[in-house]
Amino acid sequence: MARFFIRRLLSLVPTMFIIVTLSFFLIRLAPGGPFARERDLPEAILQNILKRYHMDEPLPKQYLRYLGDVIRWDFGPSLRYRDRSVNEMIDTTLPVSTALGLTALSLAVILGVNVGIVSALKQNKWPDYTAMSVAVVGISVPLFVMGPILQMVFAIWLKWLPPGQWLSDHGLKAIILPAVTLSFPYFAYIARLSRASVLEVLRSDYIRTARAKGLKESVVIVKHVLKGALLPVVTYLGPALSGIVTGSVVVEAVFVVPGLGRPFVQAAINRDYTMIMADVIVYSLLLITANLVVDLVYGLLDPRISYK
Amino acid sequence: MKRVLLVMLALLAVAGIVGAQSKGQEIIMNNGAEPQTLDPHHIEGVPEHRIYMALFEGLTTHDPKTSRAVPGVAEKWTFSKDLKTVTFKLRKAVWSDGTPITAKDFVESWIRKLDPKEAAQYADLLYVVEGAEAYNTGKAGPEALKIRAVDDSTFEVKLVGPTPHFPDMVAHYAFAAVPMHAVKKHGLDWVKPGNFVGNGPFLLQEWKPQERLVFVPNPKYWDAKTVKLQKITLLPIDDLSTSYQMYKAGKVDWLDAVPLELMDEIKLRKDYQNAPYYGTYYYIYNVTRKPLDDPKVRKALSMAFDRQALVDKVTKGGQIPAFTFVPASAGFKPPAGLGYNIEQAKKLLAEAGYPDGKGFPTFQILYNTSSGHQRIAAFIQEEWKRNLGITVTLINQEWSTYLDTRSQSHDFDIARAGWIGDYLDPSTFSDMWIIGGTQNDGLYNSKEYTDLIFKARTQSGATRMKTLMQAEDVLIMKDHAIMPIYFYVTNNLIDLSKWGGWYLNPLGSHPWKYIYRK
Repeated sequence: MARFFIRRLLSLVPTMFIIVTLSFFLIRLAPGGPFARERDLPEAILQNILKRYHMDEPLPKQYLRYLGDVIRWDFGPSLRYRDRSVNEMIDTTLPVSTALGLTALSLAVILGVNVGIVSALKQNKWPDYTAMSVAVVGISVPLFVMGPILQMVFAIWLKWLPPGQWLSDHGLKAIILPAVTLSFPYFAYIARLSRASVLEVLRSDYIRTARAKGLKESVVIVKHVLKGALLPVVTYLGPALSGIVTGSVVVEAVFVVPGLGRPFVQAAINRDYTMIMADVIVYSLLLITANLVVDLVYGLLDPRISYK
Repeated sequence: MKRVLLVMLALLAVAGIVGAQSKGQEIIMNNGAEPQTLDPHHIEGVPEHRIYMALFEGLTTHDPKTSRAVPGVAEKWTFSKDLKTVTFKLRKAVWSDGTPITAKDFVESWIRKLDPKEAAQYADLLYVVEGAEAYNTGKAGPEALKIRAVDDSTFEVKLVGPTPHFPDMVAHYAFAAVPMHAVKKHGLDWVKPGNFVGNGPFLLQEWKPQERLVFVPNPKYWDAKTVKLQKITLLPIDDLSTSYQMYKAGKVDWLDAVPLELMDEIKLRKDYQNAPYYGTYYYIYNVTRKPLDDPKVRKALSMAFDRQALVDKVTKGGQIPAFTFVPASAGFKPPAGLGYNIEQAKKLLAEAGYPDGKGFPTFQILYNTSSGHQRIAAFIQEEWKRNLGITVTLINQEWSTYLDTRSQSHDFDIARAGWIGDYLDPSTFSDMWIIGGTQNDGLYNSKEYTDLIFKARTQSGATRMKTLMQAEDVLIMKDHAIMPIYFYVTNNLIDLSKWGGWYLNPLGSHPWKYIYRK
């Protein structure tokens, strides 16, 4: 177990190296640059600016300089927002996205798994049909429709919740609408996933054995069915977690949430190279870590898997 | 369980109504974007300008009704006979930390602005000052710059040519003074709350990136008695429909942009404020490409679509059809333009060798991805098809790619563009089309036009305006090098029965110091 863990941790280094290298050169292939404006800059001024950010140097030299900085966890200055370093921007926005993302994902997992189990147990009866209809809506209605509808109903008509903005303006209630909106597609997916796998596990031999032993139905479900049925959900949680935690541009725009998702997309549009790089690195690190955790959880849930 | 839920919902309902709402002399405004920086020497956009007006004051500032220059830190100014030297007399004013503002502050600040190492974007606006270009491009040291502090309260500027509109120019943030003592002490961090020093009517109290900026009155401001607002909150919401919802819910007091798709509803509101803006929406012809190298073709295209129908049915925001590039302003009366005349357009097209559009090559209209630009291009495409029998295709690119295509590779036939004047003078528009001009993306190459613009730079008053009008005549009536479409308007939502000191004006510049709740 420990050896597996260490080996996985070590493999992180070459993976990250490849990601950093590829992204560094790829983003420079996009036409335009961070200093393109409606009003073109005179050449001399552009040169002044490039010099300031060491962008007048040959690319390999810039790359080595960047690599050196990143190893020290220094993402450099933002090419767009002059007063703040990229580190500062990540430090202020990532916690917001994490709080929102974790709330939404917890909501999705708790509701999704429960709804999935109920649907599976009441297969082809009305609770199943209702739950799966909601799930289809959740998967097919995009966030930019769902968000404004919830906003309209709960903020404008009923005036129960704020239409937008974050904790410092409205306290904890600010998190409700964006979290519910964001959790919808995840909830729907998890519900369908857990329904399918619960159905599958219910038909397996060890469940028949458990029932034959005369165990109570609730014990069969919680102790035996769930353990096996949750595996696909756990697999899905790895990428879902890293995706949701780095922010959703749609939800952040609709509900004015100061998270990481919008700056990420903005950075790509602005060609804010340093900001894009930092976002990619943070996202990759989260993804790799989440996948590692998922693999470890596997071992706990499924006795057939062991790491030696 | 049900009862508990009901109680919880009721509690939420009460809390929701209370929310963040402005009271008394407080105003909440949606500024539309997170500012790139608060440092006046490095800002370049409308949201940043709005912040500048609260935190800083230049030699002059804008009159809230006319957008013309009125005294700021400079109490008055005098021109030399040849209009090439301006002397500003500074009033007794202090920075927010109590340090007096002297002429030396302006000298040092302008040197900083032009320092090649500082790499300021808008530095070329200062090129009207003698020696500024040489210093900024590294050809000379700061000593080349012909500005000096005669004494603490007298600031003298020597200009490249007669520039009677110079007082209007210095209201622009590019000419700001920054507190050099604070800049030296804190470096890049001098604009952060705690370190911040300014000289405007307001002080920076809080800056939460992506959330809000909060300003409170500056007790040391020389005209503090005029200032009535006790608190300004600026939000960075870029989603127009969200900000409109918040405005309707009473969480925001002033919007400077509205969602276009709700224009029909918004136009009926009493708090909708619409006024001409000093700016033009236009198409650039790439005059190096056939058949657009022929002025007759350019004129035919421009005359063959109905601008009035475009602004009424497509843009809907009260825009004004434009037949010339430079908007009218005091002393500047632009030519009539070509008008909307399908018969004449057909005739010109036939003269150019394409009767009824026969044999006319297909070409492209390039615009940056946005449904608004797309709708305008589609309208023009249809009009040309119907009126001239010409087929064009539309191509959109995301912002940076579009700028690269338009300004660097010039790989387009017709490209969409827009320009808002930096200050209230025709030169902020007409300078764009000189040979080699940085914004001359259509590669218009007219010696006649360029000579007229340079001639105007040596003139003043009515003579100068006449030369600029002549230049506009060459640009539009003779060569038709660009295709004006409409003049911009400002679309604000603010209830003027509640708010005073806020006026419609051509630059859309609303100095905070006059605004108050009635």
